[in-house]
Amino acid sequence: MSCGQTILDYGLRSIGIGARLLPKTDITLCEQIVLIGSGMIWNVYLALIAVIFGFFAATLVATGKASNNPFISRSANWFIFLFRGSPLFIQFFFGYELFVILPKIGIDIPLGFTTITLETGWFTKAWLGALIVLFLNTTAYTAEIFYGALRSIPRGDIEAAESFGMSGYKRFRRIIWPTLLRLAWPSYTNEAIFLFHATALVFFSGFPAWQQRGDAIYYGNYFAEKTFNPFVAYPIVAGYFILVTLVIIFLFSIVNRRLNRHLAPERRSRIRYRPQIIR
Amino acid sequence: MEFCAEPAALEGAKWWLCYLSTPKHQEFYFSFLTVLALIFLVAPITLLLGFGGALARRSSFLPLKWFGQIYTSMVRGVPDIVFFMFVPIAMDQGLEYVRHRILCPEMTGPVYQGNDFVVCTVAKLPLSISPQWVHETYGFFLAVIAFSIVFGAFAANTLDGALNAVPHNQLETGRAYGMTNRQVFRRIQLPQMWGYALPGLSNLWMILVKATPLLFLLSVEDVVYWARELGSSKSSIFDYPHPDWRIWYFAALLVFYLLLTWFSEKAFTRFRNWFSRGQNSHTGQIVLEAG
Repeated sequence: MSCGQTILDYGLRSIGIGARLLPKTDITLCEQIVLIGSGMIWNVYLALIAVIFGFFAATLVATGKASNNPFISRSANWFIFLFRGSPLFIQFFFGYELFVILPKIGIDIPLGFTTITLETGWFTKAWLGALIVLFLNTTAYTAEIFYGALRSIPRGDIEAAESFGMSGYKRFRRIIWPTLLRLAWPSYTNEAIFLFHATALVFFSGFPAWQQRGDAIYYGNYFAEKTFNPFVAYPIVAGYFILVTLVIIFLFSIVNRRLNRHLAPERRSRIRYRPQIIR
Repeated sequence: MEFCAEPAALEGAKWWLCYLSTPKHQEFYFSFLTVLALIFLVAPITLLLGFGGALARRSSFLPLKWFGQIYTSMVRGVPDIVFFMFVPIAMDQGLEYVRHRILCPEMTGPVYQGNDFVVCTVAKLPLSISPQWVHETYGFFLAVIAFSIVFGAFAANTLDGALNAVPHNQLETGRAYGMTNRQVFRRIQLPQMWGYALPGLSNLWMILVKATPLLFLLSVEDVVYWARELGSSKSSIFDYPHPDWRIWYFAALLVFYLLLTWFSEKAFTRFRNWFSRGQNSHTGQIVLEAG
């Protein structure tokens, strides 16, 4: 079988398009590269959606933690402690068991003009269940980063905004939020990278791969077990992860440049690797 | 306990007492010690490997420098899970391969035959006739090595950063006093480095604590394994039938880890305060003012 045929067969195998059966004997290098690459779709999907939603949720939680209302700040604190203080691996297991015991009926969500029926069965599938756990997890980690940045916003900036008559949402939108992002961005880049790495856990924890549709590590593990040779499959997985990590750093540094564009070059914050926030 | 002899007849508190003290549950409790043992074994090895990695990175001997750079940067782009999957099986095959070559010199064929890894029977690790505990200890030993290698790389990053953070003019002052490079390193850079490394190392400890459930992936019978085993629903052929209770077992694990990180956090805060007494740093200033 030629490599082009393999790409057609297995390129989208992880999302259920293409050949049904996985290669079992005479596994070629091409098959390994294509299938593991196909599994990367899952890792990218999970990380991307979780980071995008987590970003906005984390802004809310961080401002909640800084709130003067003791009820709000305490619940934000507990939320952050719960998800930062426990292993993501256990969170996945716990989340899965929680979703399994959900009532087996659909939940109706009225949207005004129409009604969506949320199948509870979806929650036990990785694409939704694991996504929710990852989303909550990254929200907690990011909120802690944003909270730290919120506290180091120069006092003078806020006072200046007040003397211009800005308050409430306007002050937040124009002064606090941009500075917060600028201060938090290097750490947030690290968080995004490690969240992406954390997606490797999904198919090893509670969420079973349905019809062998797994992520990159799932296929890597599959090949390592089938060929008894870990020296091919895992380096391929590692190569893919390094590639996407470089893409993440590239994208985030573009945003970082934009956030810092008004500053003199020596005052701009640089994105530096800090292994502080993996789970 | 003698009243546990007839589990079906038990009720209420007695049932719970007997249920929670079955031999399987005792293994579950013991597995918490496995987790703690892993943490306390890995932590010192990690520190040593990290120190070696950081020194290798700064070495003037080029191959050693490259090795240090590769070692410290490998954890940046690749998820730790990949290493946890890869290192034990690679170690296992490496050891078996060496033993195969030494113990069975008459077999000269390749070890990778098609989809199989073939070594002679006496080269297997552990030997198939070994008792169960040898297999378990061997698995645990491989896990310790995998954890140490990954966290050693993290520690090397932290320690390298801390060595760089020691103010340069202090090192230059040392050289101006006629100290050799080695003396400058031992007398000035090394003692001061720990203060800068402490926040990073305490973070590393937290990461290590939270990485311990990954033992499950290395097929060690750890807390996660027993939680799944004991929590799954038991039909009436078992002594203590119950529905699917896995969620409660995982909730217990969640609480265990939250307590562990909470205590660690408290301990590190105290240690940091103690460490920064009299230091001309932000925390030192706070401790000083607090009296």
